[in-house]
Amino acid sequence: MTAALDLVVAPGDGALITVPEGGRLRIVDLHGNQAVDTLLYDAADIDNRYSAFDTVREQGAVYLTTGSRLLSTALDELAVITDDTCGRHDTVGGACSQESNVIRYGEHTRHQHACRQTFLRYGAAKGIGQRQLGHNINFFMNVPVDAAGTLRFDDGLSAPGKHVELTASRDILVLISNCPQLNNPCNGWNPTAVQLIGWWA
Amino acid sequence: MPSSYHHEVPGGAAWSAPVRAGRLVTLTAQGADANAALLLFGADRLDRLNIPDTVKSQMSACVRPPMVLMSDRGLALARVVDSTLDWHDCLTGFGHDRHLRRFGPSSYAQHRNEWRRSARTGLVSELTKHGLGPADLHGCVNFFSKVAIADDPRASLTLVTGHAAAGDTVTLRTEQDVLVVLSTAPHPLSTADYAPAGVRVDVSPAPPADADDASAVFRAESARALEMTRRAQA
Repeated sequence: MTAALDLVVAPGDGALITVPEGGRLRIVDLHGNQAVDTLLYDAADIDNRYSAFDTVREQGAVYLTTGSRLLSTALDELAVITDDTCGRHDTVGGACSQESNVIRYGEHTRHQHACRQTFLRYGAAKGIGQRQLGHNINFFMNVPVDAAGTLRFDDGLSAPGKHVELTASRDILVLISNCPQLNNPCNGWNPTAVQLIGWWA
Repeated sequence: MPSSYHHEVPGGAAWSAPVRAGRLVTLTAQGADANAALLLFGADRLDRLNIPDTVKSQMSACVRPPMVLMSDRGLALARVVDSTLDWHDCLTGFGHDRHLRRFGPSSYAQHRNEWRRSARTGLVSELTKHGLGPADLHGCVNFFSKVAIADDPRASLTLVTGHAAAGDTVTLRTEQDVLVVLSTAPHPLSTADYAPAGVRVDVSPAPPADADDASAVFRAESARALEMTRRAQA
């Protein structure tokens, strides 16, 4: 099948993609260890949006991988991860924002570019504002949690050319921020481009 | 001096209240395996508790003292000043109607005020009273519940029964004028019979927080969130 979408997203840039039911969207980590912050919305109702904690609870596990059903705030299945050569992905670490950068790294990071701006900029076309920014998926990001209740950001498990693929369970909007974070290892200290490839009729 | 009050939220109910800055809010479990699914909104009612930012800034997969509860916009909403429990779940969200289906149908007509309503139903009902709605639902803290994380490849999750007993408490100190919204419906992973415990809420004036208070010295991140709230109120 010819790809309906083939788009390279530069580091710090984003995209808003409509994927029809049954469509497949592949995200390729071209250069390795690049966090791709991702939100999903029911294309017919942006308030029926991806819910990280409903997804985690219903699958009974924290990390996302092949087979993970990505659920909405109304428990509708928005998409399923149908292929994953990386192995696991985070959905509890959230996105970076200027404000959370200040908390985590100090006032000198206040004016660094962050995912929240990208989400708001690309989401605006579909009416996605701050109220609609739920807790996102971080594809290719490694946020280990353990039995002692600790959580940390580690070096990625990803590598150049690894990919993850979603199959849409209904018509969805996929809002992506190719993370510009420079202050932790989530992008290997060097944000790089990713590729989006879509197959649908 | 502002006066103190308390309120008993029965099991399976929902409640909301504005609480001014500088108050202690103590939740007390009234029975075993109580669960208080709690949402917190900032002074402008748009900014809200952000669980991912709270946990990643403080390197914890659960809520416990002396963490600071942080908002979408990088402000401290409240400090967790004290608790008899060392783990409050914040990774598994609140329950939906689907989680109550195993008990069969329930309605006001059938069960009067004992009818079974989910946390989501209760939280949305309370949010709507304040001009908010389903779009404002965000990650919650499930106070009194522990969902254990396995050291396995997927970080599997299991609700721990018997984690909380009657009399267990958690105390928050509000750092700005907040809206507290909570539900005492069963934890969505509960497999127990339907008998949700109530939660008592005590609100009282907090003494001024010292600069070396446990939350302020917990981590540099916690201190910076408190400082951002100080600036927002300067």
